[in-house]
Amino acid sequence: MAEHDHDHSGGSNLSEMELRVRALETILAEKGYIESAALDRIVELYETKIGPHIGAQVIAKAWSDPGFRQALLDDASQAVATLAPQVGNVGEHLIAVENTPEVHNMVVCTLCSCYPTDVLGLPPTWYKSFAYRSRAVKEPRAVLADFGVALPVETEIRVWDSTAETRYLVVPMRPAGTEGWSEVQLAALITRDSMIGTGLPKKPSEVA
Amino acid sequence: MDGVHDMGGMDGFGKVEPEANEPVFHHRWEGRVLAMSRAIGVFRAWTIDTSRYAIELMAPSIYLTGSYYEKWFLRNQNLLVERGLIDADEVAAGHALRPAKNLTRGPFTLADVEKVTKRGSYSRPAPAPARFKAGDRVRTKNIHPTTHTRLPRYARGRVGVVERSHGAHIFPDSVTTGKGEDPQWLYTVRFDAQELWGAEADPKLKVSIEAFEPYLEHV
Repeated sequence: MAEHDHDHSGGSNLSEMELRVRALETILAEKGYIESAALDRIVELYETKIGPHIGAQVIAKAWSDPGFRQALLDDASQAVATLAPQVGNVGEHLIAVENTPEVHNMVVCTLCSCYPTDVLGLPPTWYKSFAYRSRAVKEPRAVLADFGVALPVETEIRVWDSTAETRYLVVPMRPAGTEGWSEVQLAALITRDSMIGTGLPKKPSEVA
Repeated sequence: MDGVHDMGGMDGFGKVEPEANEPVFHHRWEGRVLAMSRAIGVFRAWTIDTSRYAIELMAPSIYLTGSYYEKWFLRNQNLLVERGLIDADEVAAGHALRPAKNLTRGPFTLADVEKVTKRGSYSRPAPAPARFKAGDRVRTKNIHPTTHTRLPRYARGRVGVVERSHGAHIFPDSVTTGKGEDPQWLYTVRFDAQELWGAEADPKLKVSIEAFEPYLEHV
């Protein structure tokens, strides 16, 4: 009975990709390049520790602290580094761009999938999709409509194509009706998409 | 290279379809591929630019139909074999058949994780004074290298404005063709949409790229 169970757990339900990836990991481990426990840890970090909650903390602080907001706009890598005890270490070349009533910022990588992973985690599938990569630089208002976002026609749209190692983080506009809110309360309004520029922060009524 | 990866402005890919509550990885193997990609970086067998170029070099049929992490997997496996870290017969066997050659360090362990989950630095000392400054009008060159470049097709031969300078960075076009890091000044260059897409384009749209100095000329 035990043998029967063992046979099945050996792989009858594994996809071809699962098998090929396992084989490569086995080769790398047997040759002494990697320890699988270290790979487990990387996966765990991206699943639980490195995600858009980091960016939300950064934005909430920028909304609350004018000095930090200015520091963020001047040098985002430096400014976010001062929050490292809370949000972990970030790399270089991070640039924050601020939405205003006049200008809405949106970030894309038309050539591959460059994304500010230090503050937003791994990119969602749509960010890497051919539809987003092809259309964001040409018809961003139509792309925003796919996300249910409609901006006034007089609002300028500024699209940042991440074609080098610089990484862009959008600072969305603080919603009305949040006067006196703590940074923790504000962070709950800040969605991943609002920091890419394909969404807007939640309204206070959506989290009440 | 003028490949299918250079997608800015193409039509026909349909709507953008966000997935509600999307998991970080859709399959367990995707996480293993991501982790292997990060881990193998410590052996410095190739750079981030080479890893991008390796995906661009895949046949268009594979590029267009393979999933994101399938391409990452193929890229990793191809480069590992090409750089001699593993051998093709080992891939076929699914096991190591001989010890690693020229192992320059011990295995990637838990102690190495932090250094690969934080992005590195691509800045380098500038080899020469900057040719451009914020506010300069520039034209991107009409170039079509058959090797790796980060100047997208839609922004070639277009007039824009230098918005900011990022100092000198590793030049992807050189490092992927064995010519070393060859640091070059990097600028944000902003274009009006009508310069890129013609008179019918959204008059309230501006698009910027990150342009290395060799891509630019004075207007």
